[in-house]
Amino acid sequence: MDRYNRHIILSEIGQKGQDKLSKAKVLVVGAGGLGCPVLQYLAAAGVGTIGIIDFDVVEKSNLQRQILFGTSSLGRNKATEAKRKLDDLNDSIKIIAYPEKLTFQNAIQLFNQYDVIVDGTDNFETRYLINDACIITNKKLVFGAIYKFQGQVSVFNYNNGPSYRCAFPNKPKKNAIANCSEVGVLGVLPGIIGTMQANEVLKIILGIGDVLSGKLLCYDALSYQTTILNIKKSENEIQKVLLNKVDFNKQELNNSCKVEDFESSIKEFVILDNVQFIDVRESHEQPKVEGITVTNMPLNSFLEHLDLINSEKKKAVFCESGIRCKMAVFILNKHNIHNCYSIKEGASEINSYIKELQNKGSNER
Amino acid sequence: MLVTIKYFGMLAELTNCNEETIEFSGSYISELLEVLFLKYSNLKDKPFQVAQNNELVPIKTKLINQEIVLLPPFSGG
Repeated sequence: MDRYNRHIILSEIGQKGQDKLSKAKVLVVGAGGLGCPVLQYLAAAGVGTIGIIDFDVVEKSNLQRQILFGTSSLGRNKATEAKRKLDDLNDSIKIIAYPEKLTFQNAIQLFNQYDVIVDGTDNFETRYLINDACIITNKKLVFGAIYKFQGQVSVFNYNNGPSYRCAFPNKPKKNAIANCSEVGVLGVLPGIIGTMQANEVLKIILGIGDVLSGKLLCYDALSYQTTILNIKKSENEIQKVLLNKVDFNKQELNNSCKVEDFESSIKEFVILDNVQFIDVRESHEQPKVEGITVTNMPLNSFLEHLDLINSEKKKAVFCESGIRCKMAVFILNKHNIHNCYSIKEGASEINSYIKELQNKGSNER
Repeated sequence: MLVTIKYFGMLAELTNCNEETIEFSGSYISELLEVLFLKYSNLKDKPFQVAQNNELVPIKTKLINQEIVLLPPFSGG
């Protein structure tokens, strides 16, 4: 066990502690500024199972702080790309990528499979969702959040400790506070805060030190001023979440950077004129779609081809299995290109449907 | 009495200072906030919590300390 030698020779960790790490299961929500350093340190430390959930794709403006990614990552999903980098960093652990959005519908089932949840998201909607799901599933939550040069770290729901709602009972209204994509952030700040989060995860798993439960650490990178504020547990806030448990999965996310999730069928489109069909498969992928005009915008270089988009038309985006096209619609929405639909059928199904239509057409003649 | 108020995050931008000391004669944190809302009209719309003696407290708490922190939630990640 050369890899973990510097852990094992610490009397506080030892082989016993290292075994605890390798048995631990940690889910990191968001592979962004906070998620990247958290993931890097947890993978390097030998946390046995690491889940990464993120629906977003890597953009150039992320590279200033999201240190798992490089130029070759642009346009790729953050969860799968993070897994690719981490598989190389540590091939003796299990890393699971979920290239999807955390929702009220999938959170409970997902959280149940892990011991510790790490919040590395960038919006209040998801933060409150994570907090409530942790209360319901009784999971420890390692929280981190940043603004410009300042950060906050805490551990919630730890051994009956307070939750995020005990510190901040009222969810801020939409747009009350801008997020990182709208305001600047010092690149190294999420590195510092994310590393503190990783530290808390390791302490929780190893059972060493004082966990930041019931405390909110506030850090200022410009002055190095660190303030630790005590948080009182509010049974009332926690009970409110538990009382709402049965209806939890009926709630919907109300994100400020909302994604239009328009899944549709090819049958809705081929008879229409005002449609641009977009193929996001790579150029070598077969079969090519015939019988309709298609714009080729492979997902791996998608951002470089945004100028091919016809803003006047409806966009019908397809791929092989209906997954990559969803990602493409997400990117288009993020770039303020709307009226986009992901086609659930793959290229071969589209071909047979068009053929069927053409045959019908010639039979009727 | 003199009360020092520390502003974290975007609240420091709104008030244009990291901290300030003001003369205050009321007895509750909520009353202190009313004074600050008069001074900074935009402050009322911002979400924040108040800490006294390094502890987050409800605004109806009696002011016992001469140092108060106004702390907004951060969403960034």
